[in-house]
Amino acid sequence: MSETPGKGLLDGLAVTLKTLTKRATTQQYPDVEPDLPPRSRGVIALSEENCTVCMLCARECPDWCIYIDSHKEEVVVPGAARARQRNVLDKFDIDFSLCMYCGICIEVCPFDALHWTPEFEYAETDVLSLLHDKTRLGEWMRTVPPPPAHDVLGEPSKEEATAARKAAGPGAATAAKTARPAAVRPRPGADR
Amino acid sequence: MDLVVRVLAVMAGFLVLPLVVGQVEHKVMAHMQGRVGPMYAGAFHGWAQLIADGVKFVQKEDITPKDADRTVFQLAPIVALFPYLIVIMTIPLGPGLVGASLDIGLFLVLAVLGIGVVAVLMSAWSSANKYSLLGGVRGAAQLLGYELPLVLSAASVAMAAGTLSLPGIVEAWQPWWLIWQAPAALVFFVAGLAEIRRPPFDMPIADSELVFGYMTEYSGLRFAFFLLAEYVGIVVIAALTTVLFLGGWHGPYEQQLGWLWTLLKIFALAFVIIWLRVTYPRMREDQLQRFCWLILVPVSLGQLVLTVAVKSLV
Repeated sequence: MSETPGKGLLDGLAVTLKTLTKRATTQQYPDVEPDLPPRSRGVIALSEENCTVCMLCARECPDWCIYIDSHKEEVVVPGAARARQRNVLDKFDIDFSLCMYCGICIEVCPFDALHWTPEFEYAETDVLSLLHDKTRLGEWMRTVPPPPAHDVLGEPSKEEATAARKAAGPGAATAAKTARPAAVRPRPGADR
Repeated sequence: MDLVVRVLAVMAGFLVLPLVVGQVEHKVMAHMQGRVGPMYAGAFHGWAQLIADGVKFVQKEDITPKDADRTVFQLAPIVALFPYLIVIMTIPLGPGLVGASLDIGLFLVLAVLGIGVVAVLMSAWSSANKYSLLGGVRGAAQLLGYELPLVLSAASVAMAAGTLSLPGIVEAWQPWWLIWQAPAALVFFVAGLAEIRRPPFDMPIADSELVFGYMTEYSGLRFAFFLLAEYVGIVVIAALTTVLFLGGWHGPYEQQLGWLWTLLKIFALAFVIIWLRVTYPRMREDQLQRFCWLILVPVSLGQLVLTVAVKSLV
């Protein structure tokens, strides 16, 4: 009891009065759209043509909410010794009633077939309707924000570097040589 | 004819003022907590929220528990609400503007406010519910305890004015009474808060431990009566404090604008009551009783001595 009695009571009154004069922090959501960060994790979109049915996403999914089915098709290449086979995607469902939005499927996809989009208004009155099939997942692709621009100070992509090297001919500078200026190591004891 | 006009005016005040206070409470409490409160009912900032609430309460089923004492159970909300109507009747708004001018107005008001404890005990006992009973017993202990400082501090101002009539007290009031009667005013206001069981004195309701105290078993219109009684209680306590301690209609142009000053003071006090509710946590039962018997009662007794001393000197 070092401070004057009743000070705490008055301080409490001051806090509530101060809050009264400030603007409320309430977001008027259905009336006003929320101001979300551009790369919010709302729903997962599927770019069907990128999918090779490698099943990595379905196997990595922690709660097994991705269902994939496919069949094989023969591709006859003229002049080839025998016909080749490729996987054709029949079913790609994500059950958003199970999904926990960890994003591992998107991380793990080697061909950029899965993307986050910031759309979040897909609530349903029936839980079964939360199972989005590949058509519905494909529709979300329209809402995927463009990827962030490349870092201007970063290394050029491998494709660009290879093309440049080929164009310059053998023995020219490689990406590894041109990316950064060579570090100059100070001679020991030079500044003493 | 005059009587009819007066009764109608009192009824209008009785029905409108609590709703205004309730709406103010919704909005003030929300903004004090960084929210916006009701926004949809009535389109403009939810001004019709309490009307919508009323419509909802009317539609709800009126349940009486099987083991309840039906008559007493159904009568209790009326008993809780009715005394406040009588009190509002005797409160003077301006010079000559009063529902019923009585020579013993203060005496009647204090006696009628005491009926509140009967309503609490009626609802608690007849509900046949342990939570109700506990809440009711807590409420009875609280109401009986705080009645004493309430009456003592009111007696102080009655002694100072030399009359028991509420308009008479306002007429006798002088601005320096604000200092002279300050302890009594504080005690009266705080004890009044406890009488209407407002937070931080809402131990009888204590929703985190007693569900809703003596109101647990009520639903529909009868529950709405209890809620209305709470808001009327705010108006009554604010109005009584105004009339007894803040000089009622006294202010510039009091002959014409007296009613405005009274209403302004009432609403200022109602704001303080809401403010206290938002700010302070509920007092524990033992703290509540200690505060009453060890602080409020001695202070009000001291105020009585001070009043007599100053009165005999002046």
